[in-house]
Amino acid sequence: MSETPITEAELQAYADGRLDEAGRLAVEAWIAARPEEAERVADYRRLGDALRAAYDPVLAEPVPDRLPQALRPARQAWRYAAVAGWLVAGIAIGVAAGWQLHGSRPVATPSADAGAVMAHRAAIAHATYSPEVRHPVEVGADQEAHLVAWLSKRLGAPLRAPKLEAVGYSLVGGRLLPGESGPVAHFMYQCNQGTRVTLYVRTEAANNNETAFRYAKEGNVRVFYWIDRKLGYALSSGDISKDDLFKVANAVYQQLNP
Amino acid sequence: MNEAQRLVDLIPRLRRYARALVGDRATADDLVQDTLERAWAKLHLYRRGTDLRAWLFTVMHNVHVNRVRAARPTDMLEDEMPELAQRASQGDALLVRDLDRAIARLPAEQAAVLLLVSLEEMSYEEVARTLGIPIGTVMSRLSRAREKLRAMMLGQSAAAKLKLVK
Repeated sequence: MSETPITEAELQAYADGRLDEAGRLAVEAWIAARPEEAERVADYRRLGDALRAAYDPVLAEPVPDRLPQALRPARQAWRYAAVAGWLVAGIAIGVAAGWQLHGSRPVATPSADAGAVMAHRAAIAHATYSPEVRHPVEVGADQEAHLVAWLSKRLGAPLRAPKLEAVGYSLVGGRLLPGESGPVAHFMYQCNQGTRVTLYVRTEAANNNETAFRYAKEGNVRVFYWIDRKLGYALSSGDISKDDLFKVANAVYQQLNP
Repeated sequence: MNEAQRLVDLIPRLRRYARALVGDRATADDLVQDTLERAWAKLHLYRRGTDLRAWLFTVMHNVHVNRVRAARPTDMLEDEMPELAQRASQGDALLVRDLDRAIARLPAEQAAVLLLVSLEEMSYEEVARTLGIPIGTVMSRLSRAREKLRAMMLGQSAAAKLKLVK
């Protein structure tokens, strides 16, 4: 009796019905003389049938709302946050310092440069949260490790909160923000005089490379922003000069690229 | 159709896979939710025109493996699992409860191969791409997963059987 040797992989493929005609016949000839192997293959097929019988009904179950919603929190929340941000910013600006974010331009135009959009949103976030007295951050610097781990998990990228004591700022804490295409990490720093700067960090499309520092001014909020591999950064302040903010931005960059 | 809609359309498949992988509905849907959130955050890494389903299952596998490792730092990394303490009660009549328990005892890497082949009906090549492993590894994990499940479900260990055969 001549027969082709059958490999374990071929047996598996046979059980899955994935062999061509010649392969199938070869396996059938082989197992015909080996009842134990035939039984084993039959068990594998029953196992496959049992798996499908047990779990295919899940396909017909109604999908809980929270699952499709997991794909859109950023977009939906953003509209709300944009409006709320402008309201808060408007009040803070109008009442306190008399600075104005110009006009009613709550959403950047689609044609705007992606980095400029980030700077715009970072400025809104800064204007929204930096005046906060009681709730400036969601998680305080006393839980820095937790904060960084949490934000890293949500952004899907390893983050670090740079240490800026050398330029006079210490970490207040941070929060999660909705961004244009996903979660954004927002770190707040403060100097001894109470002046605050905020660092806005988002994940970037893979095709973006590194950019040099760029500068934008939204009302009284100054922003330095740059992209470094997979992350985009925007450092904002409403209170310090461009030169001083540049020093802080340099310190952030060097901390993150030792 | 945009990626978001295609991801939504794949949710039932993710739920089926997750249910088989972790058993109870709430935990399975938590896994699906984590997977979708991660996929959404990482969507820029998906290359248009490639297989979105395979990409999504890659994300789910990674999320699951990370959870398992976080929950059980060492023992799930072993390829071998301890014997089932009690026999499955029904012989050939395979019950969902028994299946849940048996799949839960497989190493995550083996369960992934078995479920992608049996439920998703992916080709072996697709499974290899999805899990980022060589096709030979797909075949050996498939074989080991099936043999373990079979032994557990039939209430007879492979070792005992070998003794009988001699």
